[in-house]
Amino acid sequence: MFSKILIANRGEIALRIARSCRELGIKTVAVYSEADDKSLHLKLADETVCIGPPDSRKSYLHQERILDVAKKTGAQAIHPGYGYLAENATFATACLNQGFAFIGPTPLNLKLAGDKIVARKMMEKAGVPVIPGSRGPVGSIEEAGIESERIGYPVMLKSAGGGGGRGIRICRNAAVLAEEFPIAGMEARASFGNGELYMEKVIVDPRHIEFQILADRDGNTIHLGERECTIQRRYQKLIEESPSPALTPRLRERMGNAAVVAARAIAYFNAGTVEFLMDGNGNFYFMEMNARIQVEHPVTELTTGLDLIKEQIRLAWGEPLRDSLNPVESRGWAIECRINAEDPERNFAPCPGTIKEYQPPGGFGVRLDTHLYQGYELPIYYDSLLAKLITHDRTREGAIRIMKRALTEFRISPVKTTIPLHLKIMDDPVFQSGDFTTDYIRKFVPDDDDEDE
Amino acid sequence: MSETEKNSHRIEVRAPMSGVFYKSPAPDQPPYVEVGDVVRKKQVLALLETMKVFQKVKSPAAGIIVEIAARNETPLKDEQIMFVIDISSSS
Repeated sequence: MFSKILIANRGEIALRIARSCRELGIKTVAVYSEADDKSLHLKLADETVCIGPPDSRKSYLHQERILDVAKKTGAQAIHPGYGYLAENATFATACLNQGFAFIGPTPLNLKLAGDKIVARKMMEKAGVPVIPGSRGPVGSIEEAGIESERIGYPVMLKSAGGGGGRGIRICRNAAVLAEEFPIAGMEARASFGNGELYMEKVIVDPRHIEFQILADRDGNTIHLGERECTIQRRYQKLIEESPSPALTPRLRERMGNAAVVAARAIAYFNAGTVEFLMDGNGNFYFMEMNARIQVEHPVTELTTGLDLIKEQIRLAWGEPLRDSLNPVESRGWAIECRINAEDPERNFAPCPGTIKEYQPPGGFGVRLDTHLYQGYELPIYYDSLLAKLITHDRTREGAIRIMKRALTEFRISPVKTTIPLHLKIMDDPVFQSGDFTTDYIRKFVPDDDDEDE
Repeated sequence: MSETEKNSHRIEVRAPMSGVFYKSPAPDQPPYVEVGDVVRKKQVLALLETMKVFQKVKSPAAGIIVEIAARNETPLKDEQIMFVIDISSSS
């Protein structure tokens, strides 16, 4: 097994990775920017190295600097977490060329999954249904306009290099497209270091359901069940759960099989996620392959009892999938609420500041993944995810009940968070019924729109 | 700034929260506005990036840009002045 791993990330996922490494007896190197010198992930690592200024492009996205630290500290592998360099094929290639294991998919996987147009073609060929979209990346407002006319408005502008919802804008007409195009590019660059955009037709009132995949070096590929990620705001997931209340055993089997076919179609290695959109009639479409560990992976961990970070590390080391994992037994119901530094009362405006009061929840069925502590000052430079509160029980009703209790215990101030919104949702009979679509959040944010007023 | 306060025809556009100020939509593109530009109400003047979210800074009124007080790609504090706009010519 690896003896030392460099964690090329920050925030809660850096802690998450450090913890799994500690349990596996692997030493860790934490890297950080000048804005993160008080960050909690530094306390959990064996070594810490500052890699540059607050701007991510000069720190967490700075490939040479990170590789240089890996070399100097004697790390054997690099875990990229999610976001930043996690799906950067150039970086994964550089890692391998310089003798480091990249804990994630192969560079070719990243290229194929990252090129949504190529991925779409390969999925079609493999018999997986796809969403209509642009033929290639759109490089200019003019080109985007032509493609939009062909696909038909409304269209979605998405980050070709990204996923995770950042850089996505809905454009109802050419005028909106012209205004949103450069901003979407900026967000994409800031989040992923790649400003390239592509487009997809908007599917009305869908559910977002994804399948967790694991695959070993020999191509053995399994899925660990689905995650329901329909509760979103502006393509940012707010609540995820597993299993999905919308799937029948038969539909689950069909989608699970399609997800495994999709992963095999690009010879996928390590942990990944196949995202589908599902319409009201149970038709599902491949949306994209997320070639990384995802933010919402804990709901799958709680229902399967598997530590996915450890699985990633084992697979990267070259271990085969254990026979006991096929099929994986799924137990109970898990729900995750993303606690963001956003003010639901002020149109989800980000809310930087110092955490003066911090009282985390606990007790039966509660898991909290967070980098917060009392006195922590939230940097303005990074995303607003503060904590992932995850609950698990034998039934969905039970998991909701635990979530309500845990949200009530959770105190963060004076920074505004999404906790009050999550409480309202947990109390809502429509959420409790399990019958909702991606526009669900408008019930609580009635004037929310992708176009600014 | 005191000069600005004395002049009732001038208004200040302040940062609604802390964040990084961008005067153009992308590094390789021209700024949204320059000093001397005539602007409409709700015209986009700049972008402010806070926690990875870009918000458009819009002009609260029609007028002429007399000062761009914030420096490009620098962090601003909550309430820090970004623009001064002369609204005397419009009614």
